[in-house]
Amino acid sequence: MKQKKSFGEIVNVIVHKQIFIPLAALFILVVFNFIADLIVNDGTSFFEITYGMSKDGYHVLSGNLITVIDNASELVLLAIGMTLVTAASGGQDISVGAVIAIAGSVILRIVCGDGSDANTLQAPIILAFFAACIVAMLFGAFNGMLVAYFKIQPMVATLILFTAGRSIAAWINNNELPVMNAPSFGYFGKFIPGIAVPTPVLIAIAGMILIGLVLKFTNLGLYAQSVGINPNSSRLNGINPEVIKLITYVILGFFVAIAGLIKVSRVQSINYSVIAKDIEMDAILAVALGGNPLGGGKFNIWASILGAYVIQMLTTTLFRYNVDATALPAYKAVVVVVLVVLSAPVVRERLNRLFASLKSKNEGKEAA
Amino acid sequence: MKKRLLAMLMSVTMVAGMTACGGSTPAPAADPAPAKTEEAPAVEEEAPAEEAEVEEEAPAATADGELIKVGIINNDPNESGYRTANDADMKATFTADNGYDASFAYSLKNEEQIAAAQKFIQDDVDYLLISAAGTSGWDTVLTDAQNAGIKVILFDRTIDADESLYEASIVSDMAKEGQTAVDWLASQNLPEYKVIHIQGVMGSAAQIGRTKAMDDMVAANDNWTMVTQQTAEWNAETAQQIVQSAIDSKEDFNVIYAENDDMAKGAVAALDKANISHGVDGDVIVMGYDCNKWALEELLAGNWNYDGQCNPFQASYIDEIIQGLEAGTAPAQKTVIMDEKGFDAKTITQDDVDKYGI
Repeated sequence: MKQKKSFGEIVNVIVHKQIFIPLAALFILVVFNFIADLIVNDGTSFFEITYGMSKDGYHVLSGNLITVIDNASELVLLAIGMTLVTAASGGQDISVGAVIAIAGSVILRIVCGDGSDANTLQAPIILAFFAACIVAMLFGAFNGMLVAYFKIQPMVATLILFTAGRSIAAWINNNELPVMNAPSFGYFGKFIPGIAVPTPVLIAIAGMILIGLVLKFTNLGLYAQSVGINPNSSRLNGINPEVIKLITYVILGFFVAIAGLIKVSRVQSINYSVIAKDIEMDAILAVALGGNPLGGGKFNIWASILGAYVIQMLTTTLFRYNVDATALPAYKAVVVVVLVVLSAPVVRERLNRLFASLKSKNEGKEAA
Repeated sequence: MKKRLLAMLMSVTMVAGMTACGGSTPAPAADPAPAKTEEAPAVEEEAPAEEAEVEEEAPAATADGELIKVGIINNDPNESGYRTANDADMKATFTADNGYDASFAYSLKNEEQIAAAQKFIQDDVDYLLISAAGTSGWDTVLTDAQNAGIKVILFDRTIDADESLYEASIVSDMAKEGQTAVDWLASQNLPEYKVIHIQGVMGSAAQIGRTKAMDDMVAANDNWTMVTQQTAEWNAETAQQIVQSAIDSKEDFNVIYAENDDMAKGAVAALDKANISHGVDGDVIVMGYDCNKWALEELLAGNWNYDGQCNPFQASYIDEIIQGLEAGTAPAQKTVIMDEKGFDAKTITQDDVDKYGI
């Protein structure tokens, strides 16, 4: 009975998918860069990827696209955790930047030891990373506890660490700014010798696979969603909303620790006041760009991840066209406003209705 | 119910932990003297919120009549490496051995600093040393100090008050720092200067001063061109992205002028990735500011070319002025601009690194 779908219907289906907005945004940025390449025509292309030699004598990939997927890695990891937190608790964690500073500080504190020698590791990186994971997950649990058991608004609950986190980070290292120049410490933020793809990209992919498996083989996704939609009815169905909320914050803490490792490994040092500055806002933006309702409930991790790439693509594009430094945030804001408005559920519903009415008019005409 | 109780208990302990180590932003986390960290939180909790914490450096027993009593009001040493070095310098200079009885107060908030100043006036200090968080609102308290016969010396930051209210003001001249660096660059006599300029947070005093010298030079000379001028907001990683973007666009450049060391470090990471040589005898000249110890070590290794100083060591200047005043001579001028060096990778020595690295 079913007839072949017309082109219009296929478009309609795609447009109604949640992932459409970040995809469309990405597409627009790609087209923009493509056209700009043609117009500027200075012998370079945004899409060019070169296979060059780094200073250490290893082949590495470079180019704008590589920069995008490389620098978006931390944001991708945070977007994964932030989406879960948003879905379950109906709010966002604004302390992720500060907790990255804490995690980074813990890592440097352990690998630098007494700080006597900045060129050799005083302790294995894996140990430092585990310690950072535990610390970041504890802080995640702290946030989760306030949100789940004390029913404090997530933004207010996480405001505590947002304010205090960077001071805690400084305190962990006795207020010093440690530097760790051992080449192996840079593997996580730069390149592993012999592998041409930047390590953060690989870590981000590993994070995606991990969360993909968790969502597939556990009920976490379903539970987080139902808790976000209606905690009372999920309780009646045997789900403990408090525990689910707490778990999502702890998971976010885990991803924050990974992001912290990448950040400190990139520059092999730390500056408490600027590390991962404002990244919480970008992470929330990624969730919003993914079309996820910020009030909790249904979510799509992959749309958030795409949202993270869109944000980095935008940043890299603006750097490429050398937009005046003072005007840069304004350009970013304009694009963000358009995207967020388009991805807002209210607007999408209106648009859907508009399409539907246009369609019925057309059908009416055909019938007549 | 049991679970809930447990959760409550745990949160309470965590909150307590927070206030003890982190919530008390202005003081204990900031305290560089490790011996104090244990007792500091208790002091902080008792101190009223609106009053900056005041801690006694010298024990009361040693405060005999011969010591000069100074009250030092500074910004939170946690603010930056500069401030940490500044505070350590103050603590090292104003000791009982040097004839001082010093008390310290820290805050990033103007009103807390003013409250601390009032307390110092009540304590009847001889000198009040102030690095003000904000420029306004100081007139009343400075007049009070003057009436009480307390001499005021400003350091690091100026305030909007009548010159008669303070003895001297010891400051850095950011425009001069910028000029020193750009003059050094001009003295390299390159046939062409193609500059990637990485700026600090727009509008900060350091950014304005350090940018102006470079802007003027580029505008005045035909062989100086600005390839890219962007703000990385003091952030190493953003600086890396800016330079990466220039490399990906195959821009031709031979100078990286970063307004602090962190950003220079980020820029160098991008150069290394693309195997572009830098430093002494390299293709690209790398310039930074602030003289962090690790940055001076990069200079010593020849990886960078130049590092400009932003001198945090005001204590010796203040000491000199106080000794002068004690001997009855007023300082020659109200505003003392500190000597600030620029280090060249070709001439820097290990002694410089040890002495000037912060």
